[in-house]
Amino acid sequence: MEPLLTVENLRIELTTRDGVAPVIDDLSLSLNAGETLSFVGESGCGKSMTALALMGLLPEKVGRVASGKILFDGEDLTQATPRRLREIRGNEISMIFQEPMTSLNPVFSVGEQIAEAIRAHQNLSRTAAWDKAVELLDAVRIPNPKGRAVDYPFQMSGGQRQRAMIAMALACEPKLLIADEPTTALDVTVQAQIFDLLTDLQKQSGAAIILITHDMGAVAEMARDVIVMYAGRKAEYGPVDAIIEHPRHPYTQGLISCVPHIVSDMSEERPDLVEVPGIVPSLKDFGRDQCLFASRCAHRTDECLAGRPPEKHFGASQIADCWHAEAL
Amino acid sequence: MTDLLNVQNLTVRFEVKRGGAFGKKAHLYAVDDVSFTVKAGETLAIVGESGSGKTTAALAVAQLQGAYAGKVELDGQDILKVEGEDLRQVRQKVQFIFQDPYSSLNPRKRAEAIVREPLDSLSGKPAAEKDEIVAGLFEAVGLRREQMRLFPHQFSGGQRQRIGIARALATQPELIICDEPVSALDVAVQAQILNLLRKLQKDFGLTYLFISHDLGVVQHMSDSIAVMYMGRVVEHASRMDLFGNPRHPYTQALLSAVPTVDRAKRAAQKRILIPGDPPDPVNLPKGCRFANRCPQAQDKCRQDEPALVDGGQGHRVACHFS
Ligand SMILES: Nc1ncnc2c1ncn2[C@@H]1O[C@H](COP(=O)(O)OP(=O)(O)OP(=O)(O)O)[C@@H](O)[C@H]1O
Ligand SMILES: Nc1ncnc2c1ncn2[C@@H]1O[C@H](COP(=O)(O)OP(=O)(O)O)[C@@H](O)[C@H]1O
Ligand code: SF4
Ligand code: SF4
Ligand SMILES: [Mg+2]
Ligand SMILES: [Mg+2]
Repeated sequence: MEPLLTVENLRIELTTRDGVAPVIDDLSLSLNAGETLSFVGESGCGKSMTALALMGLLPEKVGRVASGKILFDGEDLTQATPRRLREIRGNEISMIFQEPMTSLNPVFSVGEQIAEAIRAHQNLSRTAAWDKAVELLDAVRIPNPKGRAVDYPFQMSGGQRQRAMIAMALACEPKLLIADEPTTALDVTVQAQIFDLLTDLQKQSGAAIILITHDMGAVAEMARDVIVMYAGRKAEYGPVDAIIEHPRHPYTQGLISCVPHIVSDMSEERPDLVEVPGIVPSLKDFGRDQCLFASRCAHRTDECLAGRPPEKHFGASQIADCWHAEAL
Repeated sequence: MTDLLNVQNLTVRFEVKRGGAFGKKAHLYAVDDVSFTVKAGETLAIVGESGSGKTTAALAVAQLQGAYAGKVELDGQDILKVEGEDLRQVRQKVQFIFQDPYSSLNPRKRAEAIVREPLDSLSGKPAAEKDEIVAGLFEAVGLRREQMRLFPHQFSGGQRQRIGIARALATQPELIICDEPVSALDVAVQAQILNLLRKLQKDFGLTYLFISHDLGVVQHMSDSIAVMYMGRVVEHASRMDLFGNPRHPYTQALLSAVPTVDRAKRAAQKRILIPGDPPDPVNLPKGCRFANRCPQAQDKCRQDEPALVDGGQGHRVACHFS
């Protein structure tokens, strides 16, 4: 099967006061229809920029595709005209943003907005589009969808707004759904509902999903593959199960072990959490020809500072970009 | 060990208008007849979904929010009634760490002035002694002395939270209320701050009231837990009891919803769904507030509100059927 999405050596540059820096640096990936790929990493590592690049929504005058390809259904989106990109965004790729208030329009009812999204790409009458909007609100399990469709965004709770956003993203029956931290602001019980919803809808429609998150637990629950991002580059890429079982990159290891996970074999003893010292470098340091994680890494050697870490392959499809991955 | 904090039947209500400017006045009981205790030197975590009243309860304990009814005893003294110099004493003993390290620090003040502020307003210590205390606090929270002269925007999120912690420690408090102290931070920085909070607790014998919606963090940090739902405590138990043997249906649903990297646990874990939304807090239904979402609800639940009852060994639950 031909993958739905293939990204080849993508480099996205941002121009800021400090100069030009690669916010996405040599990223390659592939994603099949019906599958879920996750991006994890601390904030500022370029996850949202990756999503925006795929949507053709890089910040104007600031961001540009410097090199590489984004092949979606056989078409290279880096070469597409703005008009064609708009068409694709309305029909084939849609996105759920982190904060629903920023992407829902406060002055229109939720039903109107979804109906509008439907009419933008389907030839339906107003009433038919409205009925379909109500159907979608029902699909995302808004109670009493007929009554709630006339609500304005501010009249809904955070979880309901997020579900309304998902309904809107689904309005065009996308082939690819990009969800940027869709549940970060929500309670775990609501998050669980939204994850179930996404999984069900994926089963029905065969859509591919890209899920951006900082929660390894969420990755484990939702995705087949994961890309761990650090400072604009992939640190590790491969099947979720294999990577959680044996992470090869020190950053992945840190991300998993520094979090106090809920465990079933809980004991009175509570050793200190593993610390990853320091923070993500700022954008101006992203492009340097060395391992960008070196300042925080306990396994650093001179090699790590002398050049970019090469890809090391493990098993069929696990890749870690680290000089010492074999030893870890 | 003795209880440092003893909260009895605490109620906090807000006046809200319903239906525009001419709407009827109504009351929202954000915290409704809540009781809990915290032992000296231990950590009580308060968990519960957004809007359940965690922050409001904590603010009332710290006297940053007026209470409508109830008692808050610190070391046996009812602190809701104190005024004047006594109130100043109480404020020294109870300090607050806020969720958002970006907005909780005055951007125009230097870090040292921010940390010193509670000393200036609450204690009559001589200036030289205050200088010494502030310098010591910077060291205790892992900041360097030369950073004392910097402004908040010159620090990272984790460092700003360290400043907030140093400020909370300045008056040598007994109780520190931490309201989501790490939820705005990245996981790596979160681990640094959680380790720091535990170390400070040990070094200074601090008691924490720790609010979080991250149950992994709660399992790591707490000695006991109070679970809130719609302004009520629905379960209150030790850490081992609550995680090992959750008894309230809401607690069970909450724990089952946490995503985990532990594959065995994921396979064994049956997610309990609680569809729908909590009821309108201004217009509460009769009976148990969780009834419209509870998988175990029965007729009785829609009639009588269950009280928080000790089922033995201090494991308290508010449910007719557990
Ligand atoms: N000043 C206020 N006026 C009116 N209602 C308020 C006020 N402060 C809080 N509330 C209401 O009280 C209830 C409890 O709010 P609170 O902030 O304590 O919740 P919380 O448990 O801390 O939630 P979160 O997890 O979102 O921080 C909510 O219904 C909230 O809308
Ligand atoms: N519009 C913008 N202009 C300039 N820099 C930006 C812009 N948006 C993001 N950045 C920078 O790009 C980097 C990656 O950002 P982002 O993709 O949002 O990270 P993440 O989603 O992983 O938190 C950060 O250093 C951020 O400050
Ligand atoms: S390349 Fe070196 S510094 Fe980078 S992650 Fe690997 S061991 Fe650490
Ligand atoms: S009292 Fe009834 S509705 Fe309330 S939690 Fe218990 S079983 Fe559920
Ligand atoms: Mg982001
Ligand atoms: Mg709160």
